[in-house]
Amino acid sequence: MSEGEEQTAGGYNFAYLDEQTKRMIRRAILKAVAIPGYQVPFASREMPLPFGWGTGGIQVTASIIGPNDRLKVIDQGADDTTNAVSIRQFFAKTAGVATTDRTSHASIVQTRHRIPETPLREDQIIVYQVPIPEPMRWLEQREAETRRMHALADYGPMYVRLYEDIAQFGRVTTAYDYPVMVNGRYLMRPSPIPKFDNPKMNMSAALQLFGAGREKRIYAVPPYTSVKSLDFTDHPFTIERWDNSCAICGANDSFLDEVITDDRGSRLFVCSDTDYCRQRRAVKAAE
Amino acid sequence: MNDLSLTDVAATPYETPLLRVSGLCKNFGAVVACRNVSFALWPGEVLGVVGESGSGKTTLLNCVSARLQPDAGRIEFQLRDGRVAELFEMSEPARRMLMRTDWGIVHQNPRDGLRLGVSAGANVGERLMAVGARHYGEIRGNAADWLRKVEIEVARIDDPPRTFSGGMQQRLQIARNLVSRPRLVLMDEPTGGLDVSVQARLLDLLRGLCSELGLAAIVVTHDLGVARLLAHRLTVMRRGEIVESGLTDQVLDDPQHPYTQLLVASILQ
Amino acid sequence: MSDHRLRVIGLEKGFTLHNQGGMRLPVLRGIDLTVAAGECVVLKGPSGTGKSTLLRTLYGNYLVEQGHVLVRHDERVIDLATAPPRLILEMRRRTMGFVSQFLRVIPRVPTIDIVAEPLRSLGIAAQAARQRAGTLLERLAIPQRLWSLPPATFSGGEQQRVNVARGLIAEQPIIVLDEPTAALDDLNRAVVMALIDEVRRRGSAIIGIFHDVEVRDALGTRIFELPHAESA
Repeated sequence: MSEGEEQTAGGYNFAYLDEQTKRMIRRAILKAVAIPGYQVPFASREMPLPFGWGTGGIQVTASIIGPNDRLKVIDQGADDTTNAVSIRQFFAKTAGVATTDRTSHASIVQTRHRIPETPLREDQIIVYQVPIPEPMRWLEQREAETRRMHALADYGPMYVRLYEDIAQFGRVTTAYDYPVMVNGRYLMRPSPIPKFDNPKMNMSAALQLFGAGREKRIYAVPPYTSVKSLDFTDHPFTIERWDNSCAICGANDSFLDEVITDDRGSRLFVCSDTDYCRQRRAVKAAE
Repeated sequence: MNDLSLTDVAATPYETPLLRVSGLCKNFGAVVACRNVSFALWPGEVLGVVGESGSGKTTLLNCVSARLQPDAGRIEFQLRDGRVAELFEMSEPARRMLMRTDWGIVHQNPRDGLRLGVSAGANVGERLMAVGARHYGEIRGNAADWLRKVEIEVARIDDPPRTFSGGMQQRLQIARNLVSRPRLVLMDEPTGGLDVSVQARLLDLLRGLCSELGLAAIVVTHDLGVARLLAHRLTVMRRGEIVESGLTDQVLDDPQHPYTQLLVASILQ
Repeated sequence: MSDHRLRVIGLEKGFTLHNQGGMRLPVLRGIDLTVAAGECVVLKGPSGTGKSTLLRTLYGNYLVEQGHVLVRHDERVIDLATAPPRLILEMRRRTMGFVSQFLRVIPRVPTIDIVAEPLRSLGIAAQAARQRAGTLLERLAIPQRLWSLPPATFSGGEQQRVNVARGLIAEQPIIVLDEPTAALDDLNRAVVMALIDEVRRRGSAIIGIFHDVEVRDALGTRIFELPHAESA
């Protein structure tokens, strides 16, 4: 990463943040990578987007991005939603970096709510936008207490939650942001990705970074780290399945969005990952 | 001739107590809550700590249960492997683990010792899950066994304790603690606030469990009737100090200290 | 050759009533007594001479003020004046049984379990203990339909028979009896007397207070007369 002497449009420093801030965030990232799944506090800056729009993810990306990087930004799997478009334009403007909507062409993927279907490589980094980093916040509102629970690996209450679900509904009903155990030590919240995506986090070749701007936390999963979704041995973790395949590309192994097409209740299922869908269509068309 | 003579009297062989409290002191500013409190507890014994409000008995319990740090004194506990450890010299993770497995704490108000919004089964199973139990069926089975033992209908295993009566909540609290088979249980007025008939049932249950499971227990109470029923030995506290100590029936039937005599004479018959 | 089980040396016992201005009630003074296996020592003396007090002191219910109470417990000799409470509890379980004057009723516990309890605390399994308790209760004419009920609603006589059963069932080496036949009719009294005598013949050392002269004469092998405290 180069020291930002380049000035981009509007006189911003490279990637908007000043160099000292980037250093501070990189230090936090290094700590986070050294302790997989552990939430590292950082001094979250005011960004030109309000909280709730991915300021944490943006700060992480801004701290790691360099002029030779190629950035992909997705929101719910799509490159063309408002959030994704805004963030991509933000980096284009303040860092002048190349952007892409092809997962396989990106060196950094910033995401909200999905992991791309295309498997990531060792030379890629994925940055997640996180609203609430603390997996036990629903149970314990005091920060001091949750920190202590992490320090002492006191995770019994999380299993109480799973137990309750199974007792009440016969299965664990958590469908997204499903808690995971990282490297066998820290309990982590993977951000609101569907549980369908949890297995992708396990032993990923890519570095995974998580940023929560409002809550001021950064955490990380280094490449090839075990990430295991919480479950019981007699009620193992399962992912979603559809009876349909994608109406556009025919995929039956990707996360499908349900689209209502008219007001008589007709519906379509299409891949949530637009890039994946397009790749598959291109392959089919070529056949 | 098989005479008995004074010279035959043997010294009592020493047995390491399960818990030994020595010289415990705790002040709140100028108020002396506990002054130089010492006692020991052996496995399978129930020790009653009686006293009126302000006697320091609750502070004593809070210190022994590590909720408060004493200002002076030692609290030594014999671990399962035989070593003796001092409660506040232990690391916090070790102490927490102890509290979660080998010790039980039954609060006066069951709401302080239960998760009200979570089902009875989850309440009982929590200690098991906290130490690594990961088989739902087994956890549930264990929880059901304990509900039966404390005379709660197993059909209520999925109901939250919010829907239980006070007596049932208290029994659930007991089950929640005993599921990890603790060797020491601390109880603070376990029957306080319950109707008399409910009290009787709970006391009977506690007596039975203590005897069946060989539990050592410290029962803090102001009710001498509860003490007589549950405790093998009794200590009487007044203004932060132990004024008398001995076999329960001896302390209640032949009290030596003026304060104990006053307490005993004050019971309504 | 006598097998001494219990020996009292120079026992003194009184009560200080701190809340009545420290008034002192002397009750026992200079008591020396030995009880051997197979004996039934009957305490004699007018009311107020401290017979009950002596029994309770032997059981550890009252503290020894001065003097010694030696008890052969397991293979050792213990002195109640100095024994720690735990040891006295152990002694009560294995070595000394006590039939008090009134049954102390614990709510909810069924009669059969009250009687079986001394055996349970010796480690005997619940089923076997209940069986022996049942046999004894039958002999004492407590019908089976009452066994699962707590004795709170029983008549005085029935309660006393339950009390006797509980006190004698474990047949400890020393048995202390405080008016065991007081509330009983002739028939039941005879049964209890027979029981006590059997226990004595099987080797227990017995010491007791018997109000009834007839019972005293039938059971006692020796009389011990208590002196007045002031005159000792």
